[in-house]
Amino acid sequence: MLNTFHFLNSSLLAKLEVGEHYYWKIGGLSLHGQIFITSWVVCALLIGVAFLASRKVERIPSGLQNLMEYALDFIRDLAKDQIGEKEYRPWVPFVGTLFLFIFVSNWAGALVPWKLFEIPHGELVAPTNDINTTVALALLTSLAYFYAGFKKRGLGYFARYIEPTPILLPINILEDFTKPLSLSFRLFGNILADELAVGVLVLLVPLFVPLPLMLLGLFTSAIQALIFATLAAAYIGEAMEGH
Amino acid sequence: MNPTVASASVIAAALAIGLAAIGPGIGQGNAAGQAVEGIARQPEAEGKIRGTLLLSLAFMEALTIYGLVVALVLLFANPFA
Repeated sequence: MLNTFHFLNSSLLAKLEVGEHYYWKIGGLSLHGQIFITSWVVCALLIGVAFLASRKVERIPSGLQNLMEYALDFIRDLAKDQIGEKEYRPWVPFVGTLFLFIFVSNWAGALVPWKLFEIPHGELVAPTNDINTTVALALLTSLAYFYAGFKKRGLGYFARYIEPTPILLPINILEDFTKPLSLSFRLFGNILADELAVGVLVLLVPLFVPLPLMLLGLFTSAIQALIFATLAAAYIGEAMEGH
Repeated sequence: MNPTVASASVIAAALAIGLAAIGPGIGQGNAAGQAVEGIARQPEAEGKIRGTLLLSLAFMEALTIYGLVVALVLLFANPFA
């Protein structure tokens, strides 16, 4: 119905598209190509920065190494707060990957002028602007906390479902489904809402007026990355703690 | 698309986002008010209060965003179209 708002404009800047994808057909599957391209860019950026920062490690950090050590400290504190002093160390890489990937994708979607790169259909957007990416991240989180729970408590992990009383069994089972659902929808909705709001404002007034909203968008994207990582760590911590 | 379905979808989208904004609006107002009160009582705790407030505001905002997702699905990817 309202698939595109092309009729309102024809300029390059102000185009609003939802649900338009650049499909790659591989076997019987059709993949959202633009998401893959931007994800690879984000991955390459993260790996490149990490490589450059750790190539020549010095005792007194400076420049890039300093930045990455700050990021590591931040993530370690986050994991320590949520998972606990004793257990947090093995989970720092996972939580850190989630945080950095989501953070860099969100900011890449907002800061990089993707519209300058023409692709045959649809347009390049942040990887987190696609529900498939966020669902994948959320399901990984689910797997991670199940694994953490089983590894720590064995079959005793299932006792969690009948605590505090067996009456709550259905609700406890339901929780396993609502956790990834809310994680993925929260991230996807926030990023999509942000890009849409900026898009609508750009459509109405192309110059300067959308800037405050873009700044707000940068802020919310950072907060959403923080929330995703915090919640993932909290779920992992919760699965590991015994009663 | 059937015009009845189209108009119903547009109204439903408006209701979804509008109603979903009420609860979190009240909640965020409460939270912000309490935070201001907390800071007024104990100005030295401002940093900690601000961090917690932002995090919880983002959680509440997520509820409106769920409504927005439903509205967007109705408008752009309507399953009944």
